[in-house]
Amino acid sequence: MNVRVAFLCLMWPFAAMAQGFAGLATDAQGFAMPERGAALEFPRDHGAHPDFRIEWWYVTATLTGTDGRDYGAQWTLFRSALAPYDTQDWSSPQVWLGHAAITTETDHYAAERYGRGGIGQAGASDERLEAWIDDWTLSETGMSMTSGDWGYDLVFDQIGPTVLQGDAGYSVKSASGQASHYYSHPFIPVSGSLHLPKGDVEVTGQAWLDREWSSQPLAADQTGWDWFSLVFDSGARLMGFRLRGAQDFTAATWIDPDGTPTPFANGEFVAEPLEIAATDGGPIPVRWHVRLPRKQVDVTVIAMNSNAWMSVSIPYWEGPVYVTGTHQGRGYLEMTGYAEPDDEE
Amino acid sequence: MNWVILRALISHWRHVPLQLFTLLAGLALATALWSGVQAINAEARASYAAAAETLGEGNYRQVVSVDGQDIPVATYVDLRRAGWMVSPVIEGRLDGVRLIGIDPLTAPQTLAAVQALDDLQVSDTNTIWVAPDVTLTLPNTVQIVSETLAPNTAVADIAWVADHLERQDISRLILTEDRGLILPPGLRFTEAGTNDLASLTDSFHLNLTAFGLLAFAVGIFIANGAVGLAFEQRRPLVRTLRAMGAPLVRIMWLMWVELAILSTVAGFLGVALGYGVAALLLPDVSATLRGLYGADVAGTLTIRPIWWISGLLMAIFGGMIAAATSFWSMSRMPILGAAQRRAWAVKAGKGRVWTAVIGAVLWAVAWAGTLSEPTLIQGFGVLAGLLLGAAMLLPAALAVILRVGQALARGAVAQWFWADTRQQLPGLSLALAALLLAMTANIGVSTMVSSFRLTFVAFLNQRLASELYVTANDASEAQRLEQWLTPYVDAVLPIDQVVTQVLGETAEIYGPVDHPTYRENWRMLRSVDDPWARVHAGQGVLINEQLAYRLDLEIGSNLAVSDTNLPVVGIYGDYGNPIGQIILGRRVFKSLYPASQALRFGLRLPPHEVPALTTRLIEEFGLSPDSIIDQSALKSYSLGIFERTFTVTAALNVLTLAVAGFAMLMSLLTLAGLRLPQLAPVWAMGLTRRELGLLELARAVMLAFLTGVLAVPLGLALAWVLLSIVNVAAFGWQLPMFVFPASYAVLLAQALVAAVVAAGWPAFRLIRTAPDRLLRVFANER
Repeated sequence: MNVRVAFLCLMWPFAAMAQGFAGLATDAQGFAMPERGAALEFPRDHGAHPDFRIEWWYVTATLTGTDGRDYGAQWTLFRSALAPYDTQDWSSPQVWLGHAAITTETDHYAAERYGRGGIGQAGASDERLEAWIDDWTLSETGMSMTSGDWGYDLVFDQIGPTVLQGDAGYSVKSASGQASHYYSHPFIPVSGSLHLPKGDVEVTGQAWLDREWSSQPLAADQTGWDWFSLVFDSGARLMGFRLRGAQDFTAATWIDPDGTPTPFANGEFVAEPLEIAATDGGPIPVRWHVRLPRKQVDVTVIAMNSNAWMSVSIPYWEGPVYVTGTHQGRGYLEMTGYAEPDDEE
Repeated sequence: MNWVILRALISHWRHVPLQLFTLLAGLALATALWSGVQAINAEARASYAAAAETLGEGNYRQVVSVDGQDIPVATYVDLRRAGWMVSPVIEGRLDGVRLIGIDPLTAPQTLAAVQALDDLQVSDTNTIWVAPDVTLTLPNTVQIVSETLAPNTAVADIAWVADHLERQDISRLILTEDRGLILPPGLRFTEAGTNDLASLTDSFHLNLTAFGLLAFAVGIFIANGAVGLAFEQRRPLVRTLRAMGAPLVRIMWLMWVELAILSTVAGFLGVALGYGVAALLLPDVSATLRGLYGADVAGTLTIRPIWWISGLLMAIFGGMIAAATSFWSMSRMPILGAAQRRAWAVKAGKGRVWTAVIGAVLWAVAWAGTLSEPTLIQGFGVLAGLLLGAAMLLPAALAVILRVGQALARGAVAQWFWADTRQQLPGLSLALAALLLAMTANIGVSTMVSSFRLTFVAFLNQRLASELYVTANDASEAQRLEQWLTPYVDAVLPIDQVVTQVLGETAEIYGPVDHPTYRENWRMLRSVDDPWARVHAGQGVLINEQLAYRLDLEIGSNLAVSDTNLPVVGIYGDYGNPIGQIILGRRVFKSLYPASQALRFGLRLPPHEVPALTTRLIEEFGLSPDSIIDQSALKSYSLGIFERTFTVTAALNVLTLAVAGFAMLMSLLTLAGLRLPQLAPVWAMGLTRRELGLLELARAVMLAFLTGVLAVPLGLALAWVLLSIVNVAAFGWQLPMFVFPASYAVLLAQALVAAVVAAGWPAFRLIRTAPDRLLRVFANER
């Protein structure tokens, strides 16, 4: 196993990782644990939480180009702590990982960056929404990245209302009580340009920021997840996920156009694969039947480009989707745990 | 038919096992020294390559700071955030081991150093990966041995290294992907694929190779003697075979086959011997390379195809060379040509004139080579011409001397002695040539080493003028140390230095303070009046001889250091330093390199106060004892490195002399059998066997003595070429030559002893020859 994968294993909840004890404030190695009722505070909580084991800043954007074609863009920064503290030198136990992608109707570009904490190569601000790794940046005003012959510069008109997921930002992830702190900015109007090998494309669309941190997010038997962030034409949003394990665990948040969230507990949200397609990473469900009966949602979710495979150290599927059925719209789908790290091509 | 002829040819060796042994031993010895030297070179080069691969220097450009200082962490972060794909490296020495700190997160995954970290346990920050030859004592640290690491190298996460070397700043950056960005000021690239160590140590390895070739040549002389004799003795056989209908071409072709087989056998023996020689010498070679160039070379030998295959090829090639003249003369032999054994010796006598002419031409070529500004290859060319020419001129020179001896001789026995010596000369001349070469090399090299030593000791005495040297751990300690010391000593002399590129040459730049120490102790090779005054006034620079040679600078030449242009006001000798050096006035230095902070200090104080101050430094200031070196310790350390540098040279010297002695023994033994018909009449006329034996011994000693005497001027010429041509080309410094008559006398005595030993056994056999064997000479029809 190479060094980076070793680091990465700590990032992903499904990797071999010491499991915490739900309900305790710290785990055996001194990491803080999410607590129900802990109030989130901004801008402080935009910044990093080094005492938690893992954390991410996760932006997806569904875009339409002036060329009439649809696109998707992803900007992600992961933080993983080897120990629950930070320093201001090389000895920092904080490790950072960036993922970015552009999906077109025919192609998928993915890149990753590693960085160590403590020296400023990667990090996040406590004073405003601002996160970076190398020359990849995310802030209230936009996001940008480059890799080889492609990249993007996207501008946010505003970042819209803050939406607390789960119970006021406390998001339960398993029947045995694993949880994370989780909030979103699902209403971000975005415009800018994609730099593709064939040339630049001007785009506009909708971005969605997810912020999440935890020390014990998944139960031992949970192997991966299917995560939906859907933007309906009505202006409403739906976040729903299915954690696959001995018993599937689902949760969802219905978000009114004004940003008011309605959380739904395990079992209310249903997502079933309809079609498996061969991708670079093996067979992956690319068409889904998604239901939230309490909100009369019964839709089919179809991948815009079924080969949105992220060929990074630990690969996964992440790409834009179309929504049809009771609601029309677009969105993003993330599917992890379908390939073992060693299956990477 | 081939097999029948081959068997007939090979049957010869059954009768003369000693000759077979001589041939095989000659070739094997030649191959042994050659392949031994090649094995050492191959090991060293592999080590350099591994060292270079550790950080991917062969594949990635690297970024370093222009002034040779470390790169601040903030600069690294700024570069990353500006889109630079660079990965930081902190490098240093821990207990002499090259310690490399890398950032596995940004380093290219193909790097040897990263590969070594394959089984990294992320949460375990106390693990380092070490090469098999590294022994470090580190509490609370897990050491994992990695076969892929270069010798004397340890790799760890950059945080661990930063912690143990007590510095955060970066030694250099590896450029993992070039995105065409412009480097900010203060930083520069070093190109991929340039291997500083390899080019730095080239001259050292060329030196070894030259020695290997010399030994090879001596071995070939032995083999040539044996082959020539064997061919001569087989003339009747060849004649008989041809008379029976075997075509000459086929006979010769089969003799080639026979020779190829023998050479291959000898080659294998030689390679095995060579392995032994190399394994024996390698520890000293690696110590030398470490001391002289800071190069880490494995102390144990690996069997690499490059040297054993090249050794085998050299053996076969050598066998062919050794036999070439014999083949040539046989091809011209008439089918029923006289098969006299003496024909060989007589023919050799005729060839002597031609050999001497070729020798003279070689000398002329060598002399011509000294006229122009020499390169290293040219220097060795001059050496080769000088030595080979001498070997070829030797028979003629000895013949002249013997003729004079004969003319002066009175009495029948004395006249016979001289005449007989002359007629033996052709058979012995190759062995004597080997002896001449060995002695010449000995005299030349020992003169060079001793001259170097004298110069070096004098140089150390000038240079290491301060009574005590102290080293601080970091800049802040250095400042405290300087202040703390000032009241206790006559002067604190900061040794402030940066390493940078000057006109493409790596050079150390020093900025000493204005103090009489320098003025009183430093001897310039060439300078203007009072060069130090000019330097301290900021009106000139001093440079070492190496830099002057490499950049073709003279007194008055302008030298641009950074943006400052200053005239050279003095050139000083700087022996043992592979790179260039520049001395600037303190003020100029400080304005060019404001960030530089001296960590080392020379202290001037009365010598008797040294022990007290040392104690005080340790107990009151808290400096670690490792950071304090007094003058005498430093001198003996420097001399120690110097001595080890030439251990290898001395060892090769002894080996060459041994080979020459062996050549003489073999020649005398082969001749002894042939000479019976010449000795029998003398015996019959009344000289006892004992007298004859003693005369044989005297003859060998006399010839060795004559050769030895001739070797002295030749050796001095060799020393001159080494000191004034090879050294300048290889290292960039010239050395004054000193002569050591006593050691030449000792060497001559050794050569005489070798001759006595070599001639002793044949003489003893002669004394013990049964009278009936001598009598039979008269009965045998020859």
